[in-house]
Amino acid sequence: MASPKESKQAAAAANGAGHSAALAPRLDAPAPAEFSKDEDVRAYRDMLLIRRFEEKAGQLYGMGFIGGFCHLYIGQEAVVVGMQMSMKEGDQVITGYRDHGHMLATGMEARGVMAELTGRRGGYSKGKGGSMHMFSKEKNFFGGHGIVGAQVSLGTGLAFANRYNGTDSVSITYFGDGAANQGQVYESFNMASLWKLPVIYIIENNRYAMGTSVNRASAETDFSQRGVSFKIPGIKVDGMDVRAVKAAGDFAVNHCRSGEGPIILEMMTYRYRGHSMSDPAKYRSRDEVQKMRSESDPIEQVKRRLIETHGLSEDDVKAFDKDVRDIVADSADFAQNDQEPDVSELWTDIYADDVPQAAE
Amino acid sequence: MPTNILMPALSPTMEEGTLSKWVKQEGDTVAPGDVIAEIETDKATMEVEAVDEGTLGKIVVPAGTENVKVNAVIAILLGEGESAADADKAEAPKAQAAASQEDIAGEKATSEKIEGSAPGSQRTVPAEGMKHPEPDDVDGETPEVPEGTEMVTTTVREALRDAMAEEMRLDEKVFLMGEEVAEYQGAYKISQGLLEEFGARRVVDTPITEHGFAGLGVGAAFAGLKPIVEFMTFNFAMQAIDQIINSAAKTLYMAGGQMGCPIVFRGPNGAAARVAAQHSQDYAAWYGQVPGLKVVMPYTAADAKGLMKSAIRDPNPVVFLENEILYGQSFEVPKLDDWTVPIGKARIHRKGKDVTIVSFGIGMTYAVKAAEELTKDGIDAEIVDLRTIRPLDMKTVIRSVKKTNRCVTVEEGWPQSSVGSHIASELMVHAFDHLDAPVLKICGKDVPMPYAANLEKLALPSVKEVIEAVKAVCYRS
Repeated sequence: MASPKESKQAAAAANGAGHSAALAPRLDAPAPAEFSKDEDVRAYRDMLLIRRFEEKAGQLYGMGFIGGFCHLYIGQEAVVVGMQMSMKEGDQVITGYRDHGHMLATGMEARGVMAELTGRRGGYSKGKGGSMHMFSKEKNFFGGHGIVGAQVSLGTGLAFANRYNGTDSVSITYFGDGAANQGQVYESFNMASLWKLPVIYIIENNRYAMGTSVNRASAETDFSQRGVSFKIPGIKVDGMDVRAVKAAGDFAVNHCRSGEGPIILEMMTYRYRGHSMSDPAKYRSRDEVQKMRSESDPIEQVKRRLIETHGLSEDDVKAFDKDVRDIVADSADFAQNDQEPDVSELWTDIYADDVPQAAE
Repeated sequence: MPTNILMPALSPTMEEGTLSKWVKQEGDTVAPGDVIAEIETDKATMEVEAVDEGTLGKIVVPAGTENVKVNAVIAILLGEGESAADADKAEAPKAQAAASQEDIAGEKATSEKIEGSAPGSQRTVPAEGMKHPEPDDVDGETPEVPEGTEMVTTTVREALRDAMAEEMRLDEKVFLMGEEVAEYQGAYKISQGLLEEFGARRVVDTPITEHGFAGLGVGAAFAGLKPIVEFMTFNFAMQAIDQIINSAAKTLYMAGGQMGCPIVFRGPNGAAARVAAQHSQDYAAWYGQVPGLKVVMPYTAADAKGLMKSAIRDPNPVVFLENEILYGQSFEVPKLDDWTVPIGKARIHRKGKDVTIVSFGIGMTYAVKAAEELTKDGIDAEIVDLRTIRPLDMKTVIRSVKKTNRCVTVEEGWPQSSVGSHIASELMVHAFDHLDAPVLKICGKDVPMPYAANLEKLALPSVKEVIEAVKAVCYRS
């Protein structure tokens, strides 16, 4: 967690003194939000939906229904769910290729997401985008981008549009510890800070960029401080605790809406599954994964609270599980039985207007 | 109803693998997410996780079994109240997924066959090669400028500025961003006066970060704005080409039509004078290859203005390739309230009957001079100015070639996979019977641009080369 000795005030006072802490305040993580029963129920259901959906996606991949790449979000659920609880209508979400959780969190239908994974016509992109490329204008979800780091510039552009249009919407731009080393991330940080754009950069630090651990890829492993040269404040957040995410999200959203410019939230999280489906799992020990699962699981934390603090029974919780399982089963059923896109779709959506294609 | 647990695939190409280990044993209860077994191929090891809860009723494939087919039943999971006896009943494998996979593959093969058939594959080649079919009606064109319109002498530079200013007045969503576009008034003075009229909100100086601001522009376009992104030259846009192609050009398709990108990327392209290899590349062929992009490369000021206005209004990403040498050249521009030129339409710059010279942008300067010279030899050349590289107006080129039966292409870009190469191949397919000579292309030389004045001159096309090529296709050398 962030060191309490370098508070915002102290950093501001030392501004210009040449000490690195003076450039960008390291902010303390706010105390985890107190969740009402309803909030915990929502967090539980939303996180569980992602978990079960991803397990099912993994299964369908294994059965050959899903092709290409498939990157699962299992273990990181608290990050998107907590952030979503801090957002309001009009705020935009954009992320990289590990995107199924983000889509479900923004309220996109499980059916449409799963059918896109299987490449069917009922998918969000009519089957033409796949796992890494899905969008929903209605839900303000701007993708789903397959090029590592590209979404950071794009998300900064969404924030630019918000400022240009004079709205108070915030761009929630997600990327990983791997993408955090891409050059365009820093080009974007510079412009966002220079122009005070309302963008929250969420670095989902799941400790591994594919199979390369943070220590082997990053000279500075404290990603919350990656904005120092651009005067962008950062907070290191316990990304396994949905209440901690929500509290940091509330702070960040408020920071952006009040015209203070960009902010970085480094979410300390963990991916239980491989980078993609064909991950050899040689770069970390099984014990490490098991330890995170048994000690820090974001869903188990909420489940315990539901029972111990909010007085729900095991059966109450099981009822949520069943609802979620039904949604996922329905989506899988739909995604397996829906038709592939019509062959005419090969030639549509290339241009927004009618343009003849070379071999048509 | 017991659930079959199937052998999963590690990748779409995997057909079988080894079931190396059972982590759960018969009789164990399992919850979703529990690792129940490990499988491996020569490439990787993977854990099989339970998706449903229940009791592991029966292990069908024992640990250590090799060559287990994907989708084979490896174990049976029992739900509440089910017993091992139910497991035996359930074992008849359904292999439903495998069957449907085959269906999918079958459908794909069929669709490829349909879409892959070459255009014009039904053609029958006439035995007598030199007897041409009748040419198309060539006099059906309506002039773009109404008769009697007042014309104003304008530089390309002014035309581009006027086009942007007019569109910015019309649409609040249009803004200009790039290096030195505002206070400096544009590195090549294209944006002169725009800051004064529209203010810093809509004329935005960026840091020198092509990759970043190109991506930022694309993001703003996703959000509904209409950015004009100026690159000080297109040579610097190579830093940003990922955002231009992967984000701007492909997103509409990847989003199934949901997420458009109305943006203009513009700036000088190709060689200027004595700026050597890294500042002299022509990108017409590069961007011209990309579905989802429109690519415009005007020659005259009238086209520069009319096409710029169309590009800003276009709902697609448009790459607008200008040229530093042309900026200062003057042409007649129609004085109209709203002068636009449609993207995707070539223009007959000079009517002629003996040979078709196809060019665009700065290449037109060689074509125009060559055509004048050629009249001395009694050769009457028709010049087609493509104006747009994508979508390419092959109709106009083909119609002209059907009349002249000869074609020479002229461009400054490199010869391999050039715009001229593409035109030559299209003519071979669609106008083979009309050609009296092979299509010749005049391109920049296949070398990085040298700095020395004499070498630079050699590296670029010349009027002489165009004249020689025309004479060659007319068999007049």
